[in-house]
Amino acid sequence: MKLYDIAHSRAGDKGNTLTLSLIAYHEKDYPLLCEKVTAEKVKEHLKEIAKGDIIRYELPNIASLLFVCYDALGGGVTTSLRMDAHGKTLSYALLEMKI
Amino acid sequence: MKEKIRIGCGAGFSGDRLDPSLVLVERGGLDYLVLECLAERTIALAQKRKRQDPSLGYDPLLERRIESLLVPLLQNKVRLITNMGAANPLAAAQKIIEIARRKNVKVKVAAVTGDDVLDKIDPQDQAMETGRPLSASGPLLSANAYLGAPGIIEALQQEADLIITGRVADPSLFIAPMIVAFGWSLDDFERLGKGTVLGHLMECAGQITGGYFADPGKKDVPGMAKLGHPFVDVWPEGRGIIGKVDNTGGIINLQTAKEQLLYEVVNPYEYFTPDVIADFSSVQLTDLGGNRVQVAGGKGKQKPDTYKVSVGYQAFHLGEGEITYAGSNAVARATLAGEIVRERLKDAFPELRIDLIGQNSVHDDRLHQANIPYEVRLRVAGKAPSFQQASRIGEEVEALYTNGPGGGGGVRKYVQDVVGIVSTLIPRSKVTHHVTLFTA
Repeated sequence: MKLYDIAHSRAGDKGNTLTLSLIAYHEKDYPLLCEKVTAEKVKEHLKEIAKGDIIRYELPNIASLLFVCYDALGGGVTTSLRMDAHGKTLSYALLEMKI
Repeated sequence: MKEKIRIGCGAGFSGDRLDPSLVLVERGGLDYLVLECLAERTIALAQKRKRQDPSLGYDPLLERRIESLLVPLLQNKVRLITNMGAANPLAAAQKIIEIARRKNVKVKVAAVTGDDVLDKIDPQDQAMETGRPLSASGPLLSANAYLGAPGIIEALQQEADLIITGRVADPSLFIAPMIVAFGWSLDDFERLGKGTVLGHLMECAGQITGGYFADPGKKDVPGMAKLGHPFVDVWPEGRGIIGKVDNTGGIINLQTAKEQLLYEVVNPYEYFTPDVIADFSSVQLTDLGGNRVQVAGGKGKQKPDTYKVSVGYQAFHLGEGEITYAGSNAVARATLAGEIVRERLKDAFPELRIDLIGQNSVHDDRLHQANIPYEVRLRVAGKAPSFQQASRIGEEVEALYTNGPGGGGGVRKYVQDVVGIVSTLIPRSKVTHHVTLFTA
């Protein structure tokens, strides 16, 4: 299945850093997200977009993961040539990932 | 000490809708209204306007927002806190006084300044993003420190009705009234952390009431055309309940709250503001039903010794051109068009971006499932040192009409003067805030 089936996400930006939340619709699916959606898997999935390291934070209090992706916004929100310079659509790129 | 205060947020960015703030003021039972209108780059653009005309440099929508809000704010005894001062809070305050006189109402306005540190930073200081000197990025246009709550607190204590700031950390706009109303100490990092969690949840206005959330069939949001903006009821211990005005559109639930809690957060265990380093990992969200979510928990620790400074610089001119192909073999014709333009421009633009909108423009080809779009739009973008050179990109795309593949249409050309942003740190001792009062 796709992450889209069990989770939702919002993308955020800080300079050249992209943040992607991954929020389980049902808390029971949170352990599955923790197990399957590692920082390495996300890096592989987004390798054409996120050029730098990816750090994963676990937030069991809200059954959510947060991926902080460095060097991921084409040089930075203000100077990127990408049409979506903020990377706002990339939440749905993460949700395309199959597990 | 107050038992509870209610703070509304009626704008989450400079261009946000005007109506929701009026609904909040007239029907929200607010004590305070916050309008957050200052994105990273906005202040550098405002600085450019101020250089052209010293009476400008505040938010371009300030007059329209204040025209509609001023009398309802005073009638409903709601105090306004906003960063619409941008590069020129003093001129913004004077503009508000002018509007008040015209409307024949009495008002006290406070301008909070001190964030402009362009003459206090060293262009040789290192940019956090590049590791190189700030001046290496380009000619510096602006440098603004993210101030904390103290300037706003002082303005509230002097009983200003409207408080206009420049660059202030977004959550500080919200914790200032909490600190004043509940008598929190500026060293009570536990409570400042909790207040910062609430401020962070509120600062994007509609993003917690169902804006930037809907996905039909999956995450449905009712009444989006009339999306209401949020308010938060805050208690002295730092607990809050987020809600919205009855009969407005939108939805507040655990899903909207979680998306916003993690929005633009680079470390949820250490969320830096000038007032506190907050910890989101102990936040407990409870859906109370009826579009109300309770926010409890959250912690904080000692604030940083430095202020973050956002530095704007003149970057380059961005040239863009677009053209659409449709029908059989559209993707192949658009791809060919892109190759032609690349060939024609490659010497002048070593860094040229070519997108097929509808195919690969915002994600990448690997994520694309093999369904062929019926129509596709070619986009070419590149950086240039001058307006004239940047224009060449649009010109070459337009030339595809008679010099490219068959059936292209709908050309648009753009050139944009781009201001870039880098960041640095400045010691607290170099930055002082000032509060200037104006009355009408």
